[in-house]
Amino acid sequence: MNSGSKYDVAIIGAGLSGLAAGIRLAHFGKRVCIFERHNAVGGLNGFYSIGGRKYDVGLHAVTNYVPPGVKGTPLGKILRQLRIDREEFQLCPQKGSRVSFGPAGERTLRFTNDVAVLESEVDRLFGSQVDGFRRLADAVRAVPLSGDAALGSARAFVGTFIGDPVLVNMLLCPLMFYGSAREDDMDAGQFAIMFRALYLEGFARPLEGVRVMMRVLLEKFRQAGGERRMKCGVRELRVEGGRVTGLVLDSGEEVAADQVLSTIGLAETGALRGIPPDSRPRLGYVETISVLNRQPSELGWGEDTIVFFNEGERFEYRNPSGQVDTRSGIICFPNNFEYGEGRLLPEGVFRVTCLAGYGAWVGLPEERYRSDKLRVFDEVQNSALRFLPAPPEPGALAAATVATDMFTPTTVERYTGHLRGAIYGSPVKCPDGRTELSNLFLCGTDQGMLGIVGAMLSGISIANQHILRS
Amino acid sequence: MTTEDCKKAVLDIIADIAPDEDLSNVKSDVRLRDQLQLDSMDFLDIVMELRKRHGIEVPEADYLRLASLDSCAEYLTPKFNALSAKS
Repeated sequence: MNSGSKYDVAIIGAGLSGLAAGIRLAHFGKRVCIFERHNAVGGLNGFYSIGGRKYDVGLHAVTNYVPPGVKGTPLGKILRQLRIDREEFQLCPQKGSRVSFGPAGERTLRFTNDVAVLESEVDRLFGSQVDGFRRLADAVRAVPLSGDAALGSARAFVGTFIGDPVLVNMLLCPLMFYGSAREDDMDAGQFAIMFRALYLEGFARPLEGVRVMMRVLLEKFRQAGGERRMKCGVRELRVEGGRVTGLVLDSGEEVAADQVLSTIGLAETGALRGIPPDSRPRLGYVETISVLNRQPSELGWGEDTIVFFNEGERFEYRNPSGQVDTRSGIICFPNNFEYGEGRLLPEGVFRVTCLAGYGAWVGLPEERYRSDKLRVFDEVQNSALRFLPAPPEPGALAAATVATDMFTPTTVERYTGHLRGAIYGSPVKCPDGRTELSNLFLCGTDQGMLGIVGAMLSGISIANQHILRS
Repeated sequence: MTTEDCKKAVLDIIADIAPDEDLSNVKSDVRLRDQLQLDSMDFLDIVMELRKRHGIEVPEADYLRLASLDSCAEYLTPKFNALSAKS
């Protein structure tokens, strides 16, 4: 080994979990360095600029939002643990969201950051099921926040409270879309985390997007004395005697660390030791982004923050064999949060996300990839438009659109390193963060906590449990 | 250091790690957990801050002795005094 650096803890990946873990460790005196291959922080929740416009990568909404004064919630925990003042994140609550099923969204359940709204919607649409819904909500409240309770299948769990299969599917759809790495079902423990995050708590967003939160985390990390090396990926872990003994960087430089926290995923971390990836299905997404020269409200789309749509009665959540599955998806209008009087995003933004098959995108010749993207862009957007009020005149959306962008599973893989562009990672999670190496721990996507708040909580709890406590 | 100073040092830490808690009426003889919203993560932070700020080590087996301000004072005051005697 050359004379390189020696750290108490090396963290692989400067996403939310890595930064949160880094803040904890640096705050308590550990010599910690975060290694990030990309030139920007944020990982799956980063941001980028094209043509002078700033885009969020993953963020539709911050889940787990609770208003000031509500205690004992994941948001409160991360604020305390990271010594962040609530106001610093500048979170503004959503207007309202909905789940819409049927060819044109004939069955709609609205929900807001007040669960009473969803409860009354269940009562309106499914009458007799509302008691079951209340019991389900109580059962979720009783699940510990750590989320490692082994509860089995979410469909089976929900089925013990709710008899109507359409309602089961409508409740599961947003939760799966916002976090399930498993096809057609989710782990019941993760279901409880997501039910709490979306329905019992809710959605919020800073006016300027996720970069507001990233700035806060970066500043905390810097103040605590943490080091960060960008464009500096880790390409290999040296292992001896059941321990990581060194990290080989992309440049060939070697660094040593007593402990290693990897945020890059289970299979992705294994690959650093030469372990071939598993062949379990991974779920990829495409997202279309249309930038508009007016607020969505001027097209009649001012009320919805997020719309989860599905054309059938049963929601199928699988890796598509083709390029995209437009039968279901997510619409997001980042404009439609309560930013306060006179505070508006400078432009309108209309985003639509659908499941996408990585296998049908990877390896395409450049020209074909580009033309397929254009075609799929229209398919995705047209599918979503079925679930929105018709604009004031035909062609209004096209006339208002001033820029577009789109990502596919291969884009996600290229920029985040997540195998097959799977934004929720491996279907198998590692809740205690342990690996078979005694000084290597996992946090982030494959530890199993979800969303922006969940990612930070993951980094915090793994750092606490395995590094600060011992 | 008196037991009152010690309680204040603990309250200062709690004020920093849980700024959303009202500490104006904390009773010395009641478990902190029963009057404030503090969980195991917060107690870990009290321990970590005691080490960081004051150089005091609290082994995990002794965490229960931090239950109330009175028990904190009983347990920590001798540690504070032993440290200041050394320096």
